[in-house]
Amino acid sequence: MNPKLTETEALPVAIRKAGRHVSQTEGLIFEKSAPGKRGMELPPLDVPAVSAETALGRDFARGAIEGFPEVSEIEVIRHFTRLSTWNYAIDLGMYPLGSCTMKYNPRVNEYVSRLDGLASAHPWQPAEVAQGCLRIIHDLQKCLLAITGMDAATLQPAAGAQGELTGLLMIRAYLQSQGNPRKKVLIPDSSHGTNPASVVIAGYEVQNIRSNARGQIDTDHLREFAAGDVAALMVTNPSTLGVFEERIAEIAEILHERGALLYMDGANMNALAGITRPGDFGVDVMHLNLHKTFSTPHGGGGPGAGPVMVKKILEPFLPAPIVVQKDDGKFALDFNRPKSVGRVRAFCGNFGVLLRALAYTLAYGPGIRQATEDAVLNANYIRRRLEDAFDLPYDLPSLHEVVFSDARQKRNGVNTMDIAKRLIDYGFHPYTTAFPLIVPGAMMIEPTESESKEECDLFIEAMHSIASEAETNPEIFKTAPHSTRVGRLDEVAAARKPVLRWKP
Amino acid sequence: MRYLPKSPSERQEMLAAIGADNIEELFQTIPGKFRLREKLPLPGPLSEMEIIDYFKDRASETARDYTSFLGAGVYQHLRSVVTEAIVQRGEFLTSYTPYQAEISQGTLTAIFEFQTLMAQLTGQEVANASMYDGSTALTEAVLMAQRITGRDKVLVARTVHPEYRQVLATYAKNLGLEIEEINYAASGHLDRDALSPEKIAASAAVVVQSPNFFGVLEHIPALADSAHSSGALLVTTIAEAVSLGIVRPPIEADIVAMEGQSFGVAPSYGGPFVGVIATRDKFVRQMPGRLAGQTTDAAGQRGFVLTLATREQHIRREKATSNICTNEALFALVATVHLCLLGKEGLREMALQNIAKAQFALAELAKIPGVRRTFSGRFFNEFVVEFPRSVKLINSALLREKIIGPLAVGMHYPELSKRGLLCVTETMPRREIERLVAAIRRILETPV
Repeated sequence: MNPKLTETEALPVAIRKAGRHVSQTEGLIFEKSAPGKRGMELPPLDVPAVSAETALGRDFARGAIEGFPEVSEIEVIRHFTRLSTWNYAIDLGMYPLGSCTMKYNPRVNEYVSRLDGLASAHPWQPAEVAQGCLRIIHDLQKCLLAITGMDAATLQPAAGAQGELTGLLMIRAYLQSQGNPRKKVLIPDSSHGTNPASVVIAGYEVQNIRSNARGQIDTDHLREFAAGDVAALMVTNPSTLGVFEERIAEIAEILHERGALLYMDGANMNALAGITRPGDFGVDVMHLNLHKTFSTPHGGGGPGAGPVMVKKILEPFLPAPIVVQKDDGKFALDFNRPKSVGRVRAFCGNFGVLLRALAYTLAYGPGIRQATEDAVLNANYIRRRLEDAFDLPYDLPSLHEVVFSDARQKRNGVNTMDIAKRLIDYGFHPYTTAFPLIVPGAMMIEPTESESKEECDLFIEAMHSIASEAETNPEIFKTAPHSTRVGRLDEVAAARKPVLRWKP
Repeated sequence: MRYLPKSPSERQEMLAAIGADNIEELFQTIPGKFRLREKLPLPGPLSEMEIIDYFKDRASETARDYTSFLGAGVYQHLRSVVTEAIVQRGEFLTSYTPYQAEISQGTLTAIFEFQTLMAQLTGQEVANASMYDGSTALTEAVLMAQRITGRDKVLVARTVHPEYRQVLATYAKNLGLEIEEINYAASGHLDRDALSPEKIAASAAVVVQSPNFFGVLEHIPALADSAHSSGALLVTTIAEAVSLGIVRPPIEADIVAMEGQSFGVAPSYGGPFVGVIATRDKFVRQMPGRLAGQTTDAAGQRGFVLTLATREQHIRREKATSNICTNEALFALVATVHLCLLGKEGLREMALQNIAKAQFALAELAKIPGVRRTFSGRFFNEFVVEFPRSVKLINSALLREKIIGPLAVGMHYPELSKRGLLCVTETMPRREIERLVAAIRRILETPV
C-alpha cells in the first residue's frame, strides 16, 4: 500500500473484480535457515556406508555448502505458499497479454502428465517398453499436422524460439541442397524479437521490411527486397496486430517465384485453429507454441515446446530422431536421417509438455474451432466496447487480439505503462505494453476464449474507468499500482548495481 | 464444451454488441478459399474421464513396473509430494513470465532463490533463471565463451554427453565455430596429453563434463590451469547435479552449464527439465537467459525484478546474446523447493548414498567372471563395465526379467563395444541390485 494515497484515492468504486486480502510478509528461505533443521528424510542406507574421503579422495570431496538452507517441511510449505499469494495467475482471472495467449490450463493435463509409466519413463529405455510414450508423440504429431495442414513434423524443439531456429536451419539445409543457402531472411517490423535473434544463430542476416499503412506486409516492398540472396520471409500470421495477412497467398507466390521459402511464426495460431490451415495458403515451414495455443501452463516463464511443421520438400532435413510408425503398427525412433540438420535438444524434447498439448487437443477434437471462434469473439467484443475510449491506430478487422494505443491518454501525460500499472489496481493483469514496435504506446489485448462475458465486461468497465481517470486524476497513475505487496520497483537501480543472489 | 465459459445466448449478445450477424463475419479477412468447410479430422472430443483412460492406456505400454539402471543424463532420484503440492498451486503454475513485477513477486523471489542455490552449488558467482536443459545450456555456454574470447574454435572432451555434443554441433555449424574433440585416457578422464598449449591458445574454451559420460570425475583445477595459461576459458557441464552434494564444485571453471533434472524433476521421457548457466560476475553481461535482481520500491521495501534485459531478444533483437525467451521457470521452482526440503544435510546424505550404492553394485558385478570396470578414475553414481558378451544380448535377456540393464556405450563410442554404463542412485534397493547381479551371472553362464 502506498502510504501517500488514501484508501478512496487508490481504489475507485468501479473496482468490482478485486478486493483486499491479507498478504503475509515473508523473507528469503536463506533467512529462515538454522543449523540442524531439514525438510526431507531419506530411507536408511541398505548397503555399506562410505565416507566421502575414502570414495572420492581429497581432490574431489566437498565440505559443507556455505549458506545452503536448513529448514523444516512446514517452513518450506509456508514459505512457498506465501510467495505464491504474491503472484497473479490465470486461475485468478483474465490475463489479457497480447501475443502470449494466456488461456486456461486444464487440470486433467497436469494429472495425466504425472501418471506412473509416463512421468517415470527414461528417454533411453528400449522402444519395446516405451511404446506408450512414442505413441503420444506420434498422435500429437498427427493432430498438429491436421490442424496446420502441413506434411511432416518434429516435436524436439524446447520452445518457440528454438522452433524458429530449427525451421531456419531446415530452410538453410534445403537451399544448400539446391546449391546456395543464400544470405538474408526478411522480417517485418512488427515481428517478435525472437525472430531476428533466431535468424542470426542460423547464420543469416536480418533484413527488416516495413509494414504498409494498414499494418500489412507491403507486397511491393517485398518484391523489391526478395532478391536472389533472400532465403525466406518470416511472417507472424495473424500479425502481432491481430490481423490476418490478407495477401498471404500472393506473398508466398512472390517468395516461391524467387526460390525463397515462407516461414510462419505460429505464435498466433489461436486465431486460426479449425478455421484455416497454413499449409493451404503457401506456408513452407512453421512452428507452434504449445504453451500458447495448446494450453500448456506458462509456469512463470516456462516450460514450452515449439514443434515445427514442414512441407514435404523439407522433410528430409528434420532433426533426428523422429517418431515413426512401422508396418507392424509399432512405434520407433528413426535416427537414420542422413540429411537431418542435426539435433537441437537432447532426447525427445519436452515430452511432458507434448503430452499436455495432446490432452488439450483430445478434449476438443474438431470442436477446437469453437475455441478459436470464442477467442475471436472476445477480442472483437472488447475492441468494439473500448473503441470510444482508446485510440485504434490500425482499423483492420481484428482476429484474436486488438492493439490500441495510448494516444488519447498521453495528452494528459498518461502512457501505456501507466494504464497497465493502474489496471493492476482493478484486479487484472496488464495487457502487453509497447509491442508491437510499429505502434507507439501500444496496448495489445488478447483475452483468449477462456474469458466469460462477465469477465470481459469487468475488464471493459475497468478500462473505461481508467480512461476517465486519465482525464480527471492523471496523478494517480504515477504511483500505481497501489494495492500490491510492493509498489513500482526501481529497475534502474537493479540494473546499475546488480544483486543477483543472496549472500550471508 | 467445459473449458468454454459462454452460453449460446451470451455469444449472440456479444455478436449483437459487435454488430455482426454471425461468427463467420469476424473471419472475413481470411480469404474464402482458405477457410475450412469441413471439420478437422481430429480424435475427440473426450471427457475428462476418457482423457485419463487414454493416458492410462499409454502408461501401461511402458516400463512402469521395471527396475532401471539407466542414467546417462537422466536420473531417478527421490522426489517429495511437498514439491508437487507447491508447483501445482495455480499461482505458480498458471502465471506468466514475471515482467509485471508488482504482481509477480512470488515467482521473482523464487527465481532469486534458485539463482542463489545454483551459484552456491556450482561454486560460481552468479547463475541465470534457467535454460531449456543441459544440452542447450552447454551449447549457449560455448557460444558465450566464443563471444568473450573472440576465438572461433573449441576443444570438447569426447566424454561430454554425446547428445550434448550433437546439439552443440548443430548450433556451431553456421556460427563459424570449429569444434575439435579431445579423446579420453585409459583412466576415463579427458586425455590431457592431447591438449597442447598451442591448441588451447587458438581456442575459446576447453569443454569438459564432470562427472563425465563414463561417470568419471574430471580434474577441474588442473584443466582450468591449462586453459587459463593459454588464454582460453574452462567450460564445465554437469549432467548429474546431485553429485554437487558431495563432489567439489568446479570453482575454477569460467562457465558452468548444468542440467538440474536430478533436483526433483521427473524423467518424463526426457523433458521438460531445467538447464542453468552459472559464471563469474565479470561475464554476466555475456550470459544468455533471464535474471532476477534485487531492488526496492519507493517505500524502501525489498522486491525483485527481471534485470539486465539489454542482453535479451525482446530488447536487442538480432544483437541479443541468445534467442531464448521461454525458459523452464516452473522446473526451476521444482528444483528450488526440492533443494530447500533436502537442505544442507539432506543433499549431502543423498549424494553419499549414491556413491555407496554405486560402489556396492560395482563390487558385486565385479565378482562375476569376465566382468570388470573399464576405467580407473574416481566416479560418482555411474560407471562403465566390460562384459564378455554383447550388452544388447544381455539387455534383451534382462528385459524378460523386467530389468532395464546398462546403456550400450558402443552405440556412441564404437571402440567401446561390450561395455555398458550403469547408474545406481539412492532409489535403488539393495535387493534389486542383487537381482541384477544374479540375472547377469545367470545370463553369462548360459551357453550361447
